[in-house]
Amino acid sequence: MIDIKNISKWYGTFQVLTDCTTTINKGDVVVVCGPSGSGKSTLIKTVNALEPIQKGDIIVDGTSISDKKTDLPKLRSRVGMVFQHFELFPHLSITDNLTLAQIKVLGRTKDESIKRGMKMLDRVGLSAHKDKFPGQLSGGQQQRVAIARALSMDPIVMLFDEPTSALDPEMVGEVLDVMVALAHEGMTMMCVTHEMGFAKRVSNKVIFMDAGKIVEDCASADFFGKPEERSPRAKDFLSKILQH
Amino acid sequence: MALDLDYSVLTPEVIKTNILPGLYYSLELTFVAMLGGVILGTLIALMRLSSKPWLQRIAATYVDTLRSIPLLMVILWFYLLIPSGFYSMIAGSFGENHRPEFAAVITFTFFEAAYYSEIMRAGIQSVSRGQVYAGYAVGMTYSQCMRLIVLPQAFRNMLPVLLTQTIVLFQDTSLVYAIGAYDFLHGFQTVGQVYNRPNEMVLPAAACYFVLSFSLSMLVRRLQKKIQIIR
Repeated sequence: MIDIKNISKWYGTFQVLTDCTTTINKGDVVVVCGPSGSGKSTLIKTVNALEPIQKGDIIVDGTSISDKKTDLPKLRSRVGMVFQHFELFPHLSITDNLTLAQIKVLGRTKDESIKRGMKMLDRVGLSAHKDKFPGQLSGGQQQRVAIARALSMDPIVMLFDEPTSALDPEMVGEVLDVMVALAHEGMTMMCVTHEMGFAKRVSNKVIFMDAGKIVEDCASADFFGKPEERSPRAKDFLSKILQH
Repeated sequence: MALDLDYSVLTPEVIKTNILPGLYYSLELTFVAMLGGVILGTLIALMRLSSKPWLQRIAATYVDTLRSIPLLMVILWFYLLIPSGFYSMIAGSFGENHRPEFAAVITFTFFEAAYYSEIMRAGIQSVSRGQVYAGYAVGMTYSQCMRLIVLPQAFRNMLPVLLTQTIVLFQDTSLVYAIGAYDFLHGFQTVGQVYNRPNEMVLPAAACYFVLSFSLSMLVRRLQKKIQIIR
């Protein structure tokens, strides 16, 4: 479904991504991990072209993102994205946050989009908060609304960019619960995360990055189950992260 | 000579025929210039923040030029340079007869746009990059993202500053005396000349400007507190 083909990206003369190649199939739950500054967040943002690439290409559901003729807004509307800092629209109520893009981008009617939005809000267990503003919710609640907002667009794939990194520890669980449920329903997901428990239990594939390169790209059972087969860099990372 | 001030000439009749039309015009000028200035200023701010260097250049030149010339000179230039045919074109004979008044509206709109654009630029930059990403990520185009996500927030963040600039604008409108437009101050001056009481008329004019501007700034201060709570 997503074909990342040999992409490279530079910020000025600094190369953030070097020849990254991987494939994500329908129904895959892929976890992207690695030390900070390794290019994980940049990689996931290139998938819906929020970050432009200078070399290579990405094919999302048959559409090339670097093709000049591609309607990027239309492509992005089919790819859900959840951000580290939630990025709900603070000047709009929860309901408006859920319906705005459905109405303005997908051209749905107001009734239709409210119905769809409320269904998703119910799914993340926050129906009671539909008339509040984002600032009135806790971080965990905001992130769940952000997931509902992305799901309201009926995406073919969901991208999660460190969805729990900015949360208080006790709120991490509620967000992960939503993500686990989503994965069990068969949603195709790509998640940048440090939650190794989630990666171990839910994902079927792990991508390990270091210094802008994809170092490991393997089944998660192998990544966690056969540490002896891993590269030294991944071994080092795993030993540090699994210690506790 | 003692200050023997005589305000008996300021009858309700005189106020109605001479002063109030001037006040209306001053308020009209302020309001239209604010509205036009904010709209034009926002466009200039967007040009300045665009990724196209030639658009940035045009916007920067516009802002830097107008901010480097005294307002009084800009008022005179616009008045002298715009041909009278232009006014009859936009408002017929009414436009021709009120040339200074129309010239002032145009001047102030373009002049204030330079200042409002800097405020809006700061406002747009106060909205985080993540909000823009979020807008794009749900499939919005650049213009949707600006209209629906960034500008509403920028506007709200900058409202107190925009209004403060409008108070300055209101006071500056008194400069249109240079081209003879009939504004609030001109109204008082006319009364002073007609009834031979020029000295007396300076004080109430100043008092009125003070009261209007001061109450507006009080309003802005209250608004500022309110916005702080919402955040």
